[in-house]
Amino acid sequence: MEPFTVLTAPAAPLPLANVDTDKIIPARFLKTIKRSGLGVHLFDTLRYDREGKERPDFVLNQEPYRGAQILIAHENFGCGSSREHAPWALLDFGIRCVIAPDFADIFHNNCFKNGILPVRLPRAVCDQLMEDAKMGGNARLTVDLARQVVVRPSGEEIPFQIDPFRKHLLLNGLDDIGQTMQHAPQIDAYEQARGRDQAWLPGISAG
Amino acid sequence: MSGSTPRTLYDKIFDSHVVERLADGTCVLYIDRHLVHEVTSPQAFEGLRMAGRKVRRPDATIAVADHNIATTDRKSGIKEEDSRIQVETLERNVAEFGVPYFPVLDARQGIVHIIGPEQGISLPGMTIVCGDSHTSTHGAMGALAFGIGTSEVEHVLATQTLLQKKSLNMLVQVEGALPFGTSAKDLVLAIIGQIGTGGGTGHVIEFAGEAIRGLDMAGRLTVCNMSIEAGARAGLIAPDDTTFDWIKGRPYAPKGEAFEQAVAYWRTLPSDAGAHYDKVVTIDAAKIAPMVTWGTNPEAVLPITASVPDPSAVADEAARAQMQRMVEYMGLTPGQKLEDLKVDVVFIGSCTNGRIEDIRAAANVVRGRKVASGVRAMVVPGSGIVKQQAEEEGLDRVLTEAGFEWREPGCSMCLGMNPDKLTPGQRCASTSNRNFEGRQGPGGRTHLLSPTMAAAAAISGHLADVRQFG
Repeated sequence: MEPFTVLTAPAAPLPLANVDTDKIIPARFLKTIKRSGLGVHLFDTLRYDREGKERPDFVLNQEPYRGAQILIAHENFGCGSSREHAPWALLDFGIRCVIAPDFADIFHNNCFKNGILPVRLPRAVCDQLMEDAKMGGNARLTVDLARQVVVRPSGEEIPFQIDPFRKHLLLNGLDDIGQTMQHAPQIDAYEQARGRDQAWLPGISAG
Repeated sequence: MSGSTPRTLYDKIFDSHVVERLADGTCVLYIDRHLVHEVTSPQAFEGLRMAGRKVRRPDATIAVADHNIATTDRKSGIKEEDSRIQVETLERNVAEFGVPYFPVLDARQGIVHIIGPEQGISLPGMTIVCGDSHTSTHGAMGALAFGIGTSEVEHVLATQTLLQKKSLNMLVQVEGALPFGTSAKDLVLAIIGQIGTGGGTGHVIEFAGEAIRGLDMAGRLTVCNMSIEAGARAGLIAPDDTTFDWIKGRPYAPKGEAFEQAVAYWRTLPSDAGAHYDKVVTIDAAKIAPMVTWGTNPEAVLPITASVPDPSAVADEAARAQMQRMVEYMGLTPGQKLEDLKVDVVFIGSCTNGRIEDIRAAANVVRGRKVASGVRAMVVPGSGIVKQQAEEEGLDRVLTEAGFEWREPGCSMCLGMNPDKLTPGQRCASTSNRNFEGRQGPGGRTHLLSPTMAAAAAISGHLADVRQFG
């Protein structure tokens, strides 16, 4: 996983609440066995008309937002399905950071597993950042994870909160599984104790 | 944990699965059951392969294909190439990693959230995960069950654990009894309408109260299934005699003396008196009417007797714009009666309402009647076992004689990953769980409702109040 340190990039405003995972990547594009290549279908129904032509009024079809690496949205971003194809599609398009008042739990979790930083900021601040993002070619924001600040084009710094453990993994691009494997002796011990306590529980075999 | 601190059902299950608590409160949480399907697993198995890792507990894992497969005759295989590749990839992966699998032509195949409880794989007190948000369904067994992404699927396959922080406790207390014509689906839609799509975010919801106790297991599974639609990753219901009676004799449930030992343990699980909840919502079941969604998220729901709301009456600008977009997408006119909305398609099935009880309820409304002309109505059983049972009871004949299509089990038109899709502009009365834009096919318009309400819509040709079908 690519570490997330400091990102300075164009930010795209998407002033919508309840952006669900079917909107981020419709189910018909989930028939892949790879993680890559989904960026072209990101926000498919918002981005393209029924003939597959770009809708010029959609933000990611406009300059400089075609190169956006930050997305700003409203409440409950990423609600719906657990599909990790949603963060994969965002990442494949180039988005490394999503800023919103709050996120659906599973999506929020999935972001961290893919080097995407979800930043929770109050609605009023998100609206302010959206105004910043509309400054065309000057619409660059900086997100500094180590210092936990979003820097506006004016230079003003907005602090944000993040779970310290997740911050550590993201800053260093660490794989969760490798982390957990360090606890293998404890997992072994737990499993043995549970096997004794719940000897009544049969295992699964498809037989 | 000290016995003196009253704990919730969620607290008890979470605590008993903590392998290790890290300094910042993140826990290594042990997972008892892992359900795997074809859509969210290929990249996880690929990750294991690349790292040279094995599946730690194949005997705690079960795989099945459900999202992608055709619901017509499947003996000739899957026609769509990308769907076929995904199912073949799952079959290769389960063979390579030794994971138990119910093949497509096996009667035990079905929607992963139907077959877990049905087979006795999902049991009280367990932690259960699956790469699918509707894993919340299994919470009806009195288990902690939640959806995970593909990276976490890989994590569980490799370590049989997840890194988790504890969620907050939320209690939804449903007092009174459900009135005539309403069911668990109306109840959960009413709850979502009240608390909103983000009402449970960050929480695990425990559903309790007289109306919940009075539900059969099918109804409880329906309620927990849609917890995620209220933003809660997990919903759960305390296990009781209804639960234990239902589990007894299922293929993977403990048998004989082992079953008695299990029940003794399961009886310790319900929340202690005085346990703390971070949020409490009380609902009066007696006030619930048959519900139907009118918009493009599940909180946009109203009683069937209501009319399409008017966006111009909404003060907040962003909320007004969102309602306006929903009204336009759904092809509605403010003030129009919901009962006047003509439907093109009726879909009965899904992990929400694809159980034998759901099909029985729909068939009871349909018996002796005909599907309205111009309506395509389909029933997709949740599993091969549900299908067999329905056929033994003659429900398939009741439905097909009325003009319903009777199909093979799978996720089908709930999310349109297989050929069962709406065409743009089609209006569907659906027993599924999500009415998002394009969910059932690009441009499709979904109205969520109960199985009996779906049956009433099929017969009437428009959304209809099932209470008028004696």
